[in-house]
Amino acid sequence: MNRFLAIVRRDLRLALRQGSDSMMVVMFFVLTCILFPFGVGPEPNILARIAPGVIWVAALLASMLSLERLFLTDYEDGALELLATAPLPLEFVAMAKIVAHWLTTGLPLLIATPLLAILLNLHPDGFWVLVAALLLGTPTLSLIGAIGAALILGARRGGVLLSLLVLPLYIPVLIFGVGAVDAVIGGFPANTHLLILAGMLVVALPLAPFAAAAALRQALE
Amino acid sequence: MATFSGDGLTCLRGETLVFRGLDFTVPDGGALVLVGPNGSGKSSLLRMLAGLLAPAAGTLSWDGQPVAEEPDEHHARLHYVGHHDCVKPVLTVAENLSFWARLHGPAGAAGARLAEALDRLDLAHLRDVPGRFLSAGQKRRVNLARVLAAPAPLWLLDEPATALDRASVGRVREAIAAHRAAGGMVVVSTHQDIDLADPTMLDLARFSARLAPAPRAGAEEAA
Repeated sequence: MNRFLAIVRRDLRLALRQGSDSMMVVMFFVLTCILFPFGVGPEPNILARIAPGVIWVAALLASMLSLERLFLTDYEDGALELLATAPLPLEFVAMAKIVAHWLTTGLPLLIATPLLAILLNLHPDGFWVLVAALLLGTPTLSLIGAIGAALILGARRGGVLLSLLVLPLYIPVLIFGVGAVDAVIGGFPANTHLLILAGMLVVALPLAPFAAAAALRQALE
Repeated sequence: MATFSGDGLTCLRGETLVFRGLDFTVPDGGALVLVGPNGSGKSSLLRMLAGLLAPAAGTLSWDGQPVAEEPDEHHARLHYVGHHDCVKPVLTVAENLSFWARLHGPAGAAGARLAEALDRLDLAHLRDVPGRFLSAGQKRRVNLARVLAAPAPLWLLDEPATALDRASVGRVREAIAAHRAAGGMVVVSTHQDIDLADPTMLDLARFSARLAPAPRAGAEEAA
């Protein structure tokens, strides 16, 4: 457990020192959302209608933006080899890096969401459900994305490949994430959607580190 | 008494047979020096010993126990130094080292060991310098200090003398000698000689499929 925390702490420290990655993700998220009022016009009703979807799609793209570097920097400077020969299973290494990734990208996205909800005229009833859905959904995005990030190691133009691999897998999260908000705004309970999101997280939590670790072993051979 | 041994190791890279039927034994305090021309599989063998590369055939064992059965236990007793120096540019030398020490070693007395490791490789004055300001040789020394900062009985060093000046090579030699005197074992691949006291030499060209074609059918067909 100490070793697990040591990796999380190191990745957080690296992210803080470099700074740019987290900031870039949040700026991308905000800017993408801001583009929509320009694109579809500032009609409040239209914006309110599309707000949950826009916020979710932007969050999804933003979290993917930083995925490429999840394992790549450690792979390039040899740190991944050493992490693989450290006395803890590679699955835990992958999990620690996923936790750090969520803390440095998923969490800032969550914090930026209220601002965008107001900007896009999201219905007030939907606000807390949107935050809850993002809270359940973004860790799943990091978990699924980590599998892709591990698979692209050693490939050229990995970033493009990563989006092709990962985006289709993000669709269920998107559907139920947006569905939860729409349900509440339409006057229905969002429990089912949130439970399904939680279910996806519970399934991805143990499986994704295994798949990512298997891909990492492949990359290191 | 611990021994680390390999029996009938075979290495396949893609569809190329790098070496086959390789046996070795390293006892406590022993040093195995891997020699051989480029491409003879020195690095591949070291990666295999570190558990990064699975042997296509043969077994590695520690005290007669196959290491594949307990990979984490094996990882706890080895330090691997590869071609990359893995010094993070934004972390200081001390931060870089203490992370690896914490990941590898048992808790406690880590600070003292870290200071000693920095001293032994003449890095004490660079303690708080971020990794991006280090030269190639300094990065190499940081990587080697990592090995000293957490105790482990088996050192796997791939060309440890690369980019090092003569004084530093001397320090590395001393560190290896002290490690062996304390009962540790070391496997080194080298072109430049770090002359170690009574090493066991292992010439990989002897086991190479390409460099020493032995009369054995089948392997070539498989390739």
